[in-house]
Amino acid sequence: MNAPLPDPMVPVPFRIEKVRRDLSDTFTMELVPEAGGEFAFQPGQFNMLYVFGVGEVPISISGDPADRSVLVHTTRSVGQVTEALDALKPGDSLGVRGPFGTSWPVESAFGHDLVFVAGGVGLAPLRPAIYQAMANRERFGRVIVLYGARTPEDILYKKELERWRGRFDLDVLVTVDRATGRWGGNVGVVTNLVARGGFDPLNTTSFVCGPEVMMRYAAQALEKKGVDTGRIWVSVERNMKCGCGLCGHCQWGPHFTCKDGPVFRYDRVADLFQIREL
Amino acid sequence: MVKPDNLAGVLQEHPFFQGIAPSLRDLLVGCAANERFEAGSMLFRQGDSADKFYLIRSGTVAIEIDQPARPPIVVETITEGEVAGWSWLVPPYRLTFDARALTLVRALSFDAQCLRRKMEAEPALGYDVLRRFLPIMAHRLSASRLQMLDLYAPPKPAKVKKEKAEKAAKKSKGTNRSPDARLKKAKKKDAKS
Amino acid sequence: MAQPNSKNAIPYLLDMDGLGALISALVRQGRQVIGPSLADDAVIYDDIDSIADLPAGWGADQSAGHYRLKRRDDQALFGYGLAPQGWKRQLYPPRQKLFAARRQDSGFAVEPPPPPPPPLALIGVRACELAAIDRQAKVFGDRSYADPGYQSRLANAFIVAVQCAEAQATCFCAAMGTGPEVSHGYDIKLTEIFVQKHHGFVAEAGTPQGAKLLKALKAPAAGAAEIKAAGLAVKNAARQDKHLDAEAARKLSAQPDHPRWDKVAERCLSCGNCTMVCPTCFCTTVEDVTDLKGDNAERWRKWDSCFTMDFSYIHGGAVRTETRSRYRQWITHKLSTWVDQFGEQGCVGCGRCTTWCPVGIDITEEAAAITGQERI
Repeated sequence: MNAPLPDPMVPVPFRIEKVRRDLSDTFTMELVPEAGGEFAFQPGQFNMLYVFGVGEVPISISGDPADRSVLVHTTRSVGQVTEALDALKPGDSLGVRGPFGTSWPVESAFGHDLVFVAGGVGLAPLRPAIYQAMANRERFGRVIVLYGARTPEDILYKKELERWRGRFDLDVLVTVDRATGRWGGNVGVVTNLVARGGFDPLNTTSFVCGPEVMMRYAAQALEKKGVDTGRIWVSVERNMKCGCGLCGHCQWGPHFTCKDGPVFRYDRVADLFQIREL
Repeated sequence: MVKPDNLAGVLQEHPFFQGIAPSLRDLLVGCAANERFEAGSMLFRQGDSADKFYLIRSGTVAIEIDQPARPPIVVETITEGEVAGWSWLVPPYRLTFDARALTLVRALSFDAQCLRRKMEAEPALGYDVLRRFLPIMAHRLSASRLQMLDLYAPPKPAKVKKEKAEKAAKKSKGTNRSPDARLKKAKKKDAKS
Repeated sequence: MAQPNSKNAIPYLLDMDGLGALISALVRQGRQVIGPSLADDAVIYDDIDSIADLPAGWGADQSAGHYRLKRRDDQALFGYGLAPQGWKRQLYPPRQKLFAARRQDSGFAVEPPPPPPPPLALIGVRACELAAIDRQAKVFGDRSYADPGYQSRLANAFIVAVQCAEAQATCFCAAMGTGPEVSHGYDIKLTEIFVQKHHGFVAEAGTPQGAKLLKALKAPAAGAAEIKAAGLAVKNAARQDKHLDAEAARKLSAQPDHPRWDKVAERCLSCGNCTMVCPTCFCTTVEDVTDLKGDNAERWRKWDSCFTMDFSYIHGGAVRTETRSRYRQWITHKLSTWVDQFGEQGCVGCGRCTTWCPVGIDITEEAAAITGQERI
């Protein structure tokens, strides 16, 4: 008989250290393994989070990859499991499987301008890559964060964005679809910010994350600007039950989104974006 | 309004007229002027005759719709390197939105009547100007559509379902036939008698 | 299944007693022995204790949307073609517990996995089914993550393959290059033969443990007549009416908008039968259950089908809402994108999807129509 292999389907208990409410329906949790130890991951990867007795959801990791002592997840409660996650408090436990999936190839952008294009909660999966880029700031040309949110009240990581905006080595441009209150900033879709440029298209790598429609148009805007489609990366969402290519649910054409993605090079999937109900 | 000598240079530097033929540029310069708007002031108002358009050189302009009893709705912001106003190209040449300077705005303005006349007289100029405006109009249209999609809105179906279920439960006559309901009815009767 | 033999194996001749002894020997090894038996008007693969459980003299008529048991002219034990479901039922059970967890003061503890079940012995595995087991083994362990359950069940299983002596009307293993001849992946290979009045099996070992077991049965060597009969049986099984151009079917993924998808969707009931009977379909979903107090939770893995609406659900709704998209996903994955994923096709030509489709949709016809091949 063969020795049993480690089972990727069994979660490891983590304890919630902190919970911060980011938006009315979005929250960030800091987790530590109950058995101690560290958690290493690459920016763009995700975990399957298990709420005891309720179920599991894939959630991207949104913390700093350089800090292995704590696992950070930003979640928007939109369904049964995420709502159950939302109900957990510091001290509670949840199960973690992962990290799974491909990552934002930050190192491949060394020597380039690096343009992050985020929409809505799509900023969360990009944040680890932003941290990693800032930790290697001297390796890039310009580093630009273009972020589109629904309204000023829906801007994720607002304080952090303000802090980043204060840095002279990072350009942060935020736009909202609908201005409310005393918002004096940009109004319009995030593709408008792409069209405004501010980067050298022939020497630019871009990481794009948001709703699929937004990514499609953002990638097209980058392409129109002259950015090579082979230097544009997107993060795709599909139904995931296992996270590791065993359950078949997340198939997108020839890809298993969970292990061939979620981060894909745009030129390799641009055709798939055009196929309805794939 | 000032008309400095270097207007041609300013015009040529602006991304909108990038690479324009010097002969056409000179025709444009004749209709152009340098303008400056303090934060809060209006570049133009909805309903006004569209007798100008602006190339923004610096600052941010909000395109707004005015509404009663509420602050105006900002539908779009336009910044440095972009163009504000294209109603001057479309009869009856009336402005359809308000444009307000959100910051100090420096712009190159063009006299629409002057330009329309020159474009009629010189089709090469007419074609060149339209060729530059059309992509911007197309971009704005597709951007507006995307904006309308409200892509980052929380997904609704789950909640709609819940509402439906609640509504159905309220409307349903099924509960009247349930043992609990009959018990309640009986109790009510008892109380009355 | 252990490593294959390097030497050429000597064919033995087993009579009925010999086969019985083989089954007994596997039972004595502590194995759960699975083989063909009659149940619910079909031949299915289920627990067997002895040769008496095998469907002697039973055959089956199989064609598109049609399966009927029938009496054979002979007493063949393995003359029924294929059971509705292959061996994935045993190697990858329809319901598997992933883990159990118990609530504790400050959280919960995942309980250690239960001891593994007894090793399997599979009797009557066809060439196409061996290919299907290979395909699934790749899915469950060829790349970064393995499914330890599948891998250990397969590694510990003893496989007795039985060659087909005839093809069903729905068979096209020859076109897929997976059969009918059993060539690898077995511990023991049997070919059922009738020579004059003698009914028996030509038996060959494929692994050292197969050879050891056969040797212990003290069976005589097969004679030239028996070996010849075995060869003829396989040749006969290679005569197949259905054909699928595997290379052409590769191009299915390039036809996402073919009008045929709408036509097939008019017939397809989206019932998922094809996925349940397909020996390579591997998709699963998960189910979370708790006891009434909520102190004990379990997570189960269940077979799932890409024909269900929920299959492609992401927050907001399902991606594949139309039958055409779901049928397209199934057949395109099977014949085209599986190659991108695993370097081979996900179809082994067993024809079950055609047999068990309630409206008789034929995978070979659809593939041909969509990739524009002239039917032969």
